[in-house]
This record gives sequence, structure tokens and C-alpha cells, in this order.
Amino acid sequence: MISHFLIWPILLPLLSAIVMMFFWSKPREQRVISVVGHFFTLISAIFVATRTMKGDIYTLFAGNWEAPYGIVFVGDALSGALVALASFSALAVSIFSAGSIGNGRASFGFFPILQFLLMGLNGSFLAGDLFNLYVWFEVIIISSFVLITLGSEKAQLEGAMKYVTMNLLASIIFLTGIAMLYGLLGSLNLADLSRRIAESPDIGLINTAAVLLLVGFGIKSALFPMYFWLPASYHTPPAAVSAIFGGLLTKVGVYAMFRVFSLLFIDDPFIRKTIIILAILSMIAGALGAMVQENIRKIFSYLIISHIGFMFAGLGLFTELAIIGAIFYLFHDIIAKTNAFLISGIIYKIRGSFRLENIGGLYNQFPYVSILFALALFSLVGTPPLSGFWPKLYLLQGAFADLNAWMMFGILLASLLTLLAVVKIWIAAFWKKPQVRKEIQERAVWHTLDQQHKIILLTPIIMLTLASLLLAFYSSEVGSLAALIAQQLSDPRIYIEAVIPTP
Amino acid sequence: MEILLAVTIGLLYAAGIFLILRRSMVRLIIGLILLGNGANLLIFLLGRISKGKPPIIPEDSKVFTDLYADPIPQALILTAIVISFGLQAYAIILVKRAYRVTKTDDLEEMITTDEL
Amino acid sequence: MNTIILKTASKYLLPLLLLFSVFILLRGHYLPGGGFVGGLVAAIAFVLHAFANGLPETQRLMRIHPGFLMPVGLAIAFLSGIFPMLFDLPFMTGMWKKDPIPVIGSLGSALFFDIGVYLVVIGSSLTILFTISETK
Repeated sequence: MISHFLIWPILLPLLSAIVMMFFWSKPREQRVISVVGHFFTLISAIFVATRTMKGDIYTLFAGNWEAPYGIVFVGDALSGALVALASFSALAVSIFSAGSIGNGRASFGFFPILQFLLMGLNGSFLAGDLFNLYVWFEVIIISSFVLITLGSEKAQLEGAMKYVTMNLLASIIFLTGIAMLYGLLGSLNLADLSRRIAESPDIGLINTAAVLLLVGFGIKSALFPMYFWLPASYHTPPAAVSAIFGGLLTKVGVYAMFRVFSLLFIDDPFIRKTIIILAILSMIAGALGAMVQENIRKIFSYLIISHIGFMFAGLGLFTELAIIGAIFYLFHDIIAKTNAFLISGIIYKIRGSFRLENIGGLYNQFPYVSILFALALFSLVGTPPLSGFWPKLYLLQGAFADLNAWMMFGILLASLLTLLAVVKIWIAAFWKKPQVRKEIQERAVWHTLDQQHKIILLTPIIMLTLASLLLAFYSSEVGSLAALIAQQLSDPRIYIEAVIPTP
Repeated sequence: MEILLAVTIGLLYAAGIFLILRRSMVRLIIGLILLGNGANLLIFLLGRISKGKPPIIPEDSKVFTDLYADPIPQALILTAIVISFGLQAYAIILVKRAYRVTKTDDLEEMITTDEL
Repeated sequence: MNTIILKTASKYLLPLLLLFSVFILLRGHYLPGGGFVGGLVAAIAFVLHAFANGLPETQRLMRIHPGFLMPVGLAIAFLSGIFPMLFDLPFMTGMWKKDPIPVIGSLGSALFFDIGVYLVVIGSSLTILFTISETK
């Protein structure tokens, strides 16, 4: 039985991109195709997710070359869930960008490249091969490079210089790690590597390769101390682009860490301790950074760094509770961060600025929309009973069971600082009286939009907020899915057996 | 041969890292290109250098008896070269655009995105 | 570059290089060559022509914008990839026609994938090079 369905979340974005490229100079048609394409991708991704959620692991041997010789796509519970969430967030962003991206950017291929980005994301979640993972990473970064520079504003180009340099460097470091692993073990298939590492005598060299991968993925997922490129660049492109970057790009790095370190290197105490220390520092550094910023999108950028720390903390502890917390947090964070950046886009449309001193009084003017935003922002913080609360609870339990006082301190402090940062946004943007400045007022286009346009812009935020509420209401179900993932991650034999069955 | 390659790779990495620590954008790009080439050579070296035949089993036999060259490193390097071709073309155009907009080659002057 | 020698030579070199690129494309599967290299050779042929005769002349000769070749090539590669799925084989399985065809040799879905790559490479590298040389 061949699991053809695994390939569709990768092929459908490609197909829609190809179709859109035939409509190169027709932005209207591209908008429609983009949303439709993302919708069908989401359906195929949900199909994958519902199958993998039952605990089976599916494989697809591309070109009919069996593992470990050919390229293999593997769908386990983690990949399935992430493919579905990524496609969902991408659909939301696609609807938002259909209403907010101007014809100028669209005529330079914004929409096809958004599809290529989703293709890369889904591909890296499903890849069962280290080099294949590298190739999907490159698909992601080249599309993100184009998205971040499209428009060529001064801030965009300056931010892009840092973004491009650090991501290229991360890719090269990742490639060096791959080269070392191949030289030592003679294979790149993850399942095969996992088997061979257990028997290999060269622990020192393998740890060197592990550290190279840690640095490579660490740069990509903006882990302390390799995060400085993120707040320098994520606030420069249009809000739709920031949303998909903030929601998904760093999470691919986290996913790769989980996949590679659970299968290959986690046994080593040195690696685990390193990850834990970096995670705690990342939580605190990101939250402190968020405190001092004055630009909404920069606050969210620093919060990304802080929350990446939570996920890495779960990976470092690697007990069942901790992994459940980290995976749950990953699900929550994809939805919450995409939503946060989209909301900042709406605020920009209303007030014409991202800076806290120029916005204000939103609650008086738009009470219903403000309550919607409040739900999204406070689920980002983790106020009970919203979706950010449950994973933190699991993580705290995990840290407590491990008697890791530093980590508990880090989690609690970072949560408190996140709360303060979001409260700061809330007070400045929603309660405080607005300061009207003329040159900024001209960029506020919200009141000129017609009703239909406003609905298009608000739909993705309603979708994401609903998804976030669902995560909270069904927290026990999500918890049991995370438990299944934790079980699959902590026992590599399940994965190996599914990819390379012992005869 | 291995020693020569190892020294070359070391030099490429060292030169690349030296150049990306400079303040000039052009040197930064050249440094990244050198690092990428170093990584490709590293794959080539670690895939064991052997003068072998292509790994295709003749029709009249079941197994390959002759010395054969490992095809995987070659495939990896080709893929990596194609990818870096695209990325470098992109990076060069980015530098050109950035230079035209900011009127400077000095990375220390591109700090407006880091301000509060 | 405005030399009579290059101008005259490029007139004859363009068809020759294009023919050579097709040769490289076809000999690809088992021997060195293939879509990527073939595409680069073809792109270089056009670049040489543009060097000698100026960019507008080459663009007039090509008739279509090179960017248009990208979706066409991608579509061909995509179709050759999903073709085996109609026969319940995994994505991108190589399917071969039994009897070889003169000139081309054995015909398989891999050839169509290579043709797709060939077109994408011509399209993308020419788009890049034309963009660089257009903006002074």
C-alpha cells in the first residue's frame, strides 16, 4: 500500500504556484488562485493529519527507491499535525494578503512565492532524510528572501541584509554538519543514521556534528545568542509577510531540532545541558528585549525569541511531560504568533503606524474588534484558560518533576515579562488617548476601505482566534495528541521500524 | 590528495569567515561564497575520494564487483551547487539594490532597523 | 561589445550552441549531461548573442519573455512527476517505454523531467542575467 496522500501537501502549493505564474501580470486572478490553492492544500494536510493522529507512521518512497537508498517522506503524528497547522496559518495569511498586498508587490510574484514558501514548509515537515531537509530549508529561505525584500524599501533592504547573511551562514553550517555525519556514518536517511549512531565509536566527532546542527538550527529558530537578526528584520516587510515568518519560519528550526535531536543525539548529557541553558537564556533575553521596545512588531519579534526558549526547554528536559508541553506550545505558538502579526497589520491600517506612541484609543473606536484582539493577545501570554496556559502548565510540571529550579524560574519570569509586554501594548494601543500626527494620519487607510475589504482583512484573525480558542477548549485532546507525539519521539525504534522494517 | 584538499578546505573556511567579519557588503558576499564552496569540497572529501567506475551494475551480473565511486556525495554537491547558484545570484542583486538605496557599502551604517 | 568578429560569429554560434545544448540534454540520463547543464549552455548561447548584438536584439529574437519558460518547464516537470501516480506508483518513479526510439534513445518520464528542468534553467538564468544587465 503506497501512501500517495503524503505528497499532496507539497505538490498542491507547487501546482497553484505554477498556475499563478501563467497569470503573471494579473494580480486579481492571482489573489483568487492563491486562496483556493491554500484551501485545497489545507484539505490535503488535514487528511494527512487525521491519518497520522491515530498513531501510525506512513512512508512514501519517492521514485520507488527504498529507504535508506532513496528519498523518503515520512508522516508521523508530529509531521502530520504541523503540516495541518502550517497550511492553516498559510491560508489565513493568504486571505489577509489578498486584501492587503498591493498590485505592485503582486506583479513581482508575491503570491506564487507565498506558495513556494508553504511547499518548503510542508516538505521539511515530511522529509525523512537529512539532505532532503536541507533542500527544503533552502526552498524556504530563498522564498523568504524574496518575500522580505519585495518592495525594496530602505528598512526592508537593511533588514534583509542581516536576515540573508545569517540564514545563508546557518545553511552552510548545517551543510557542514551533514558532510561530517555522512563522512562518519555513510548515510543520510534519518532512520538509518539513528541506527548507525547507536553503534558508532566516534562519539566525539558525532557530537561535533551535533553542535554544528545545533548552531545551524539555532540560528534559524532564533535561539539565544543567535537571535539578533530576527528583531532587526521581521518588522520591515508588510504585515502579512511578518505573520507567516513569525508564525512558521522559526518553528521549522524548532521542528528540525526535535526531529534530529530526538532521533540522533539526545542521549548525550552535554548536548542536553547545552540546550537547557540556551533555552533558559533565550526565554529571559527575549522577554527583556520585548519590554524595552516601542514598536509593536518588534515587541512581537522579541516575544518569538522568548517563546522559542519554551520549546527548546522541553527538548532539553526530554521527559514525557516536558515534550508534551513543548509540542503543545509549538502548536499554540504557530497560531498565536501568526495572529499577533496580522493584528499589528490591522492596527497599522487603522492608525498608520506601528509605534506605540502614535496609536491609541482603539477600544473607544472599535470595541468589538478590540475584544477580538484581546483574546488573541492574551492567549499569547497564556492567561488561563486561553491556549497559551496549558502548555506552560505541562512544561512547569516537567521542570518540577525534574527538580530543575532554574528552568522553573525562567519559565515563570518569561511568562511574567510577556504579560507585562502585552499589557504595555494593550494600555498604549487600546486605552491611551491617541496622539494625532498629520504625516502618520495619511498612512491610515482603514476608514477609506469598503465593508467587503474590511471583512476580508478581519476573517483570518477571526479564524486564527477561533483556532486558538479551540486549542484551549480541547486542551485535553490536544494534550493526548502531544502525548502520542512524545511517545513517538522518545522511542526512535518506532520511527526506524516504520521507515526501514527489519526483515 | 586528501591532505591537499583538507588544507584547501581549511583555507576556504578561514578566508570565508575572515571576509564575513568585514564591514563591507561585497566582502561579506564573497565570504559567503567561499564558505559555501568550502562546504561542498568538504562533502566531496568526506565521501571518500576514489577513482572508480560509475555505480551501474552491468546487465549480465547481479552484484557490482569493480571499484565504484560513491554517487551520493556527487549528487549532494551538485544539488548544493545549484542551490548556491540561485542564492548567490539573489545575494548579489540584493547588495546592488541595498547599495543603491542606502548609498553605502559599510554595514555599520545600516543600523536603522536596530533602533528602538 | 561592438566587434564585427563577435557579431558574425554569434550569428552562427547561437544555433550551434542551442543544438549542442539539446544534445547534452538528451544524453543526460546515463552519461554526464542533463537538463541543468543543457539549460545553462542554452542560456549562455543567448547571453553571447546579447553581448554581441545588444540586449534588445536578443529579446526580439526570443519573441517571448524568458520568464515565461519557468512556469512551462515547471509544469512539464510536475506532470512527469505525478504521471506514475496514475499507475499507483510513488511520485517521480521512472517509467520507461520498452523499445528505444531512434536519436532520443529510450524514452522515459525522467526525460520529461529533464526537459522541464532545461526550460526552467534557461528561463531563470536568462531572467537573472537580463535583469542584471538592464538596470545600469
